[in-house]
Amino acid sequence: MSRFKQKSGKGLPAINTASLPDIVFMLLFFFMVTTVMKEVDLKVNIHVPNATEAKKLEKKSLVSYIYIGKPAQRFQKLFGTEPRIQLNDQLMQVKDVEDFIAQERDSMNESDQSKMSVSLKVDENTKMGVVSDVKQALRRASALKINYSSIKVDKLQ
Amino acid sequence: MAKKELPQINAGSMADIAFLLLIFFLVTTTMDVDTGLMRRLPPIPDKDQKDTDDKIKERNVFVVLINKNNNLLVENEMLDIHSLREKAKEFIANPDDKANLPEKDYKEIQFFGRVYVPKNPIVSLRNDRGTSYGTYLMVQNELLAAKNELRNEISSQQFNKKYKDLDEDQQSAVKQYFTAVLSEAEPKNIGGK
Repeated sequence: MSRFKQKSGKGLPAINTASLPDIVFMLLFFFMVTTVMKEVDLKVNIHVPNATEAKKLEKKSLVSYIYIGKPAQRFQKLFGTEPRIQLNDQLMQVKDVEDFIAQERDSMNESDQSKMSVSLKVDENTKMGVVSDVKQALRRASALKINYSSIKVDKLQ
Repeated sequence: MAKKELPQINAGSMADIAFLLLIFFLVTTTMDVDTGLMRRLPPIPDKDQKDTDDKIKERNVFVVLINKNNNLLVENEMLDIHSLREKAKEFIANPDDKANLPEKDYKEIQFFGRVYVPKNPIVSLRNDRGTSYGTYLMVQNELLAAKNELRNEISSQQFNKKYKDLDEDQQSAVKQYFTAVLSEAEPKNIGGK
């Protein structure tokens, strides 16, 4: 470098990089704020269906998730291949859904409890039997706002 | 004298540290937004509520059945899922005032004035326990799409705008124009598992 300097003399001054950390920090904060870490690790395989009428889910803090699908490969020895329900981090039964909803509701602010909604993330190959059971359980727990999770597409094939 | 002892801390590596963190968050961040079909479940009926045997005329009900082989029976006819949307649209709007489609009546609606619209059509959906969820959701989607398309059509006709761009009053007026409700039958076991 010093060799170059000697040649060009006092031609081009070095670009001041003092503000580089500021710029990088700005980007960093942006990503820190927008990032959402995965909350649960899925124990069931889920590929949600496509839909053209899907709408964005608002207010994520008011949404509880129920996952239904075949247990993942590493759990199949234990749980078999029949579709199972995952609540939080565990595979549960239909009868646990009501307790789960009550628990979720209790953990919310009282003013938000009426706005609570449940997002059903169900694999498209699941039979409706288990889904109907869950829906009935949700009705009993009076969690009536539900959302069938699906991928928004412009056209179904 | 003390000033001379303390050298300035070199901040040159600050950028490196920040970059490292930045890359970490870049990699872990997922910007996926959850999308889905919003639906409302009906509340559990009261136990002592009697079956009021409401006589709903057959022409006002659009029956969609899905069996365990994911076949559709719409108004007692086998139907391909791709034609469901058109059929549902025809039912909800009843443009030609056919006798086997919902009854129409005159109604006063803001912005529209006196219009001749179907009174209260009901779309009834029933599925088997063996129906696959993918098919079920596709049917739900088609029925919802039928309603949304009709709303969009009437909004662009009246206001030259899409339904979602209307203001609240206009939206509720359009909602009154097409009042079709989607009702799901209480689950029953038809045709076994």
